[in-house]
Amino acid sequence: MCDVCGCGDPHKVTLEVHASLLSDNDREAAHLREHFVGSGVLALNIMGSPGSGKTALLEATSRALAGRLRLAAVSGDLATSLDAERLSAAGVFSAPITTGSACHLDAAMVHHALHEGSLAAAVRGCDVFFIENVGNLVCPAIYDLGQAANVVVLSVTEGVDKPLKYPVMFRKADLVVLTKVDLLPHLPGVSVSVIRENLARVMPSARAIEVSATSGVGVSAFLDWLDARRASSKRA
Amino acid sequence: MHEVSLVHALFDQVDRAIAPHGSKAVRILKVRIGDLAGVDAELFATAFDGCRSERGYVAAALELVTEPAVWRCAECGAEIVAGSVLRCRSCDGEARLAAGGDLILDRIELEVADV
Repeated sequence: MCDVCGCGDPHKVTLEVHASLLSDNDREAAHLREHFVGSGVLALNIMGSPGSGKTALLEATSRALAGRLRLAAVSGDLATSLDAERLSAAGVFSAPITTGSACHLDAAMVHHALHEGSLAAAVRGCDVFFIENVGNLVCPAIYDLGQAANVVVLSVTEGVDKPLKYPVMFRKADLVVLTKVDLLPHLPGVSVSVIRENLARVMPSARAIEVSATSGVGVSAFLDWLDARRASSKRA
Repeated sequence: MHEVSLVHALFDQVDRAIAPHGSKAVRILKVRIGDLAGVDAELFATAFDGCRSERGYVAAALELVTEPAVWRCAECGAEIVAGSVLRCRSCDGEARLAAGGDLILDRIELEVADV
């Protein structure tokens, strides 16, 4: 019986739910997180626009580590397994997730990928598991994938205003990696300090490092961040 | 456009919530969208209209409520104005989002034959 408005209509039932529409995804993500933490794996959700340099950052990371850490990855793309092939060539155990029309990865897609082939074994035996999301600054932000941290890759060629235009993505970021900084001399309208100011308006704990995957500048700062995250997740 | 997947997630939740009541005649679904939930209200409504018949909710109306983003200092609780630098002016504490970050199914109104 309806007791919300007091009409007393015997044919009306009101159900108070107050639950997130993402609760199914969040349950699946919690299951993945338990698996990653239990295996001592640092899982990272790598997000950013198409062409921002997500794959290039992971390639440069693998080269710079030179085998010091065991790396595994899944790469989400609407079509092709090109990114996964690039990462395999760079020494990362890698598998593709081809999403078809989906503009983001969700926890069920990552879970499904772990049940394919030998990815699950590779992830259990690795130190860092990169979940390279579909290139998109909007949709991937809201889906928890069981990661320990979100890394948003933002290339300086995208201009200074992206943090203000895509606040949801940057709010969720634990680290922003500003890529392609070797191109800054050719970008008169782009100032790293303005990008940092804009990040401070949307990112509660603003933290950004500057990297060029081409020259290798700044890659060591990313490795330091990885080491610090691995150490803090082990203490937790 | 992730709004379509979210609308399917909404109907999955509705399916489960109404199952014990023996009726699929949902009249109203009240959904709250936070400013920083990462969901476009207009696209969500369009996706809802596109999906409701295939999910068997042809007579369901969507009531959308938008919720403004509210940032507060994690240390002292003072409000931090959205759009400004996300540090507390009085104690330099870090900001945390107190409201406006979620996408919530608040209420279902369902018509039943006999209660």
